[in-house]
Amino acid sequence: MSFSARLHANAIGWVLPVLVIAGWEAASRAGLMPANVLPAPSAVAEAFWRLTLSGELIRNIGVSTARALAGFAIGGSIGFALGLANGLSRLSRGLTDTTLQMIRNIPHLALIPLVILWFGIDEEAKLFLVALGVFFPIYVNTLLGIQSVDPQLVEMGRVYGMDRRALFFRVILPGALPAIFVGLRYALGIMWLTLIVAETISASSGLGYMAMQAREFLLIDVVVLSILIYALLGKLADSLARLLERLSLGWHPAFQNG
Amino acid sequence: MPAASLTSIRSFVAAPVPPRPAISVEGRRAFAFKGVEKRFGDKIVLDGIDLDVPAGQFVAVIGKSGCGKSTLLRLLAGLDRPTSGSLTLGAEEEGHSRTRFMFQEPRLLPWASVVKNVEVGLTGIAAGQDARQRALDILGEVGLADRADEWPSVLSGGQKQRVALARALVGQPQILALDEPLGALDALTRIEMQQLLERIWLAQKFTAVLVTHDVAEAVALADRVVVISAGRIALDLEVPVARPRRRGSAELARLEGTILDRLFG
Repeated sequence: MSFSARLHANAIGWVLPVLVIAGWEAASRAGLMPANVLPAPSAVAEAFWRLTLSGELIRNIGVSTARALAGFAIGGSIGFALGLANGLSRLSRGLTDTTLQMIRNIPHLALIPLVILWFGIDEEAKLFLVALGVFFPIYVNTLLGIQSVDPQLVEMGRVYGMDRRALFFRVILPGALPAIFVGLRYALGIMWLTLIVAETISASSGLGYMAMQAREFLLIDVVVLSILIYALLGKLADSLARLLERLSLGWHPAFQNG
Repeated sequence: MPAASLTSIRSFVAAPVPPRPAISVEGRRAFAFKGVEKRFGDKIVLDGIDLDVPAGQFVAVIGKSGCGKSTLLRLLAGLDRPTSGSLTLGAEEEGHSRTRFMFQEPRLLPWASVVKNVEVGLTGIAAGQDARQRALDILGEVGLADRADEWPSVLSGGQKQRVALARALVGQPQILALDEPLGALDALTRIEMQQLLERIWLAQKFTAVLVTHDVAEAVALADRVVVISAGRIALDLEVPVARPRRRGSAELARLEGTILDRLFG
């Protein structure tokens, strides 16, 4: 696909959101939608401008992003390491997989009461929840990726004299990469979800906190603004992951035209 | 094994062969199976195989499916060990890989370019610029020099198998084991590949062991055809036909008949 065609394809994805916002604005202006139920997009834009000028918005986005990334780095790297270990070693898998599968079936947000008891509403609580939420999609998909590497290619590598290290870096890891990326994108979604919930329930800064404060003072425009910002941040994270995917999976037929 | 007749065939076609630090052909043994038996559980797959192959010979191994021919090849390549009996290999030469295996499927790494895939054949032999140059040279020999930097997924089946052949040959193996590598190709591509294989074999003088179910392919390419049936060697036949051989000639057809009789007789 040429660059302009790609731009065109990307633009098409934005047609629907723009139409929805236009319709929403029209409905608000016509008085069909009372402002105390859903404020007009222009009111939300005003709130955006107000909070940007005061610096509040940027600060809260910064705080939330830092939390999200820190939690992601911790949970993601542990999940990746365990996924690798369990994919490569039968012993490690036998030892830990059953336990992990049991823990996986507990909804991590159900731990919030316990986490508040343990950590209070400090940073650790948020980091812990995000790390736990991100851990499983990365772990499961890394393991799956390694287990689904074509055994014929592994045999070929052995026959051609690759040692364990070469086998890992030249055959196993590249073969597992598509599945690992699926885990990564999924984990990014969970990362935002977990953080917002955690911040809504217990925090003294961040986007979730901003939304809760606004609710206390009936600032519906700020609540809606927060929600829109979640959507944009989520989309941004997903786009970044897709870009990485395209850069590192250039060999994959699915990415050769994209 | 009459090495003399082999040499005479060679001298007949001793046409444009580039001088190489080649493995000497005369009077040396590539490998020998002595009373080799292979069992998987209770099932006897190979039942006392004796096979002595001089260096440089092109041997075709034929048999119905399940007769143990692929197992024979896997033993030769060291992918499996015999249950009993012995397998002796000739001396290894400096800078050459001993045995290379060409699979039924190309088994190329989809995430590595064509030339990188060929470089896999130089693992532990050469690296860096040297490896790339050698890989590019051999890609030229199989006619794919211009595809060096492409992904394997854009190649046709025959081209992929040519890359796999280049990967097998780039380490200048003393023995090349081929496990029906042309089985999945269409008839015309297949003949092209056979000619390519023969040309490169004549130039590089490695020992080739080709497992196939195609009798015509066997007599067209091999110096010697070994028929395996129920885990034993049922026929060990010379193919004393000069090269280049003409496909469909009466002489080849007669040999083909002999082999088919033995397979189904």
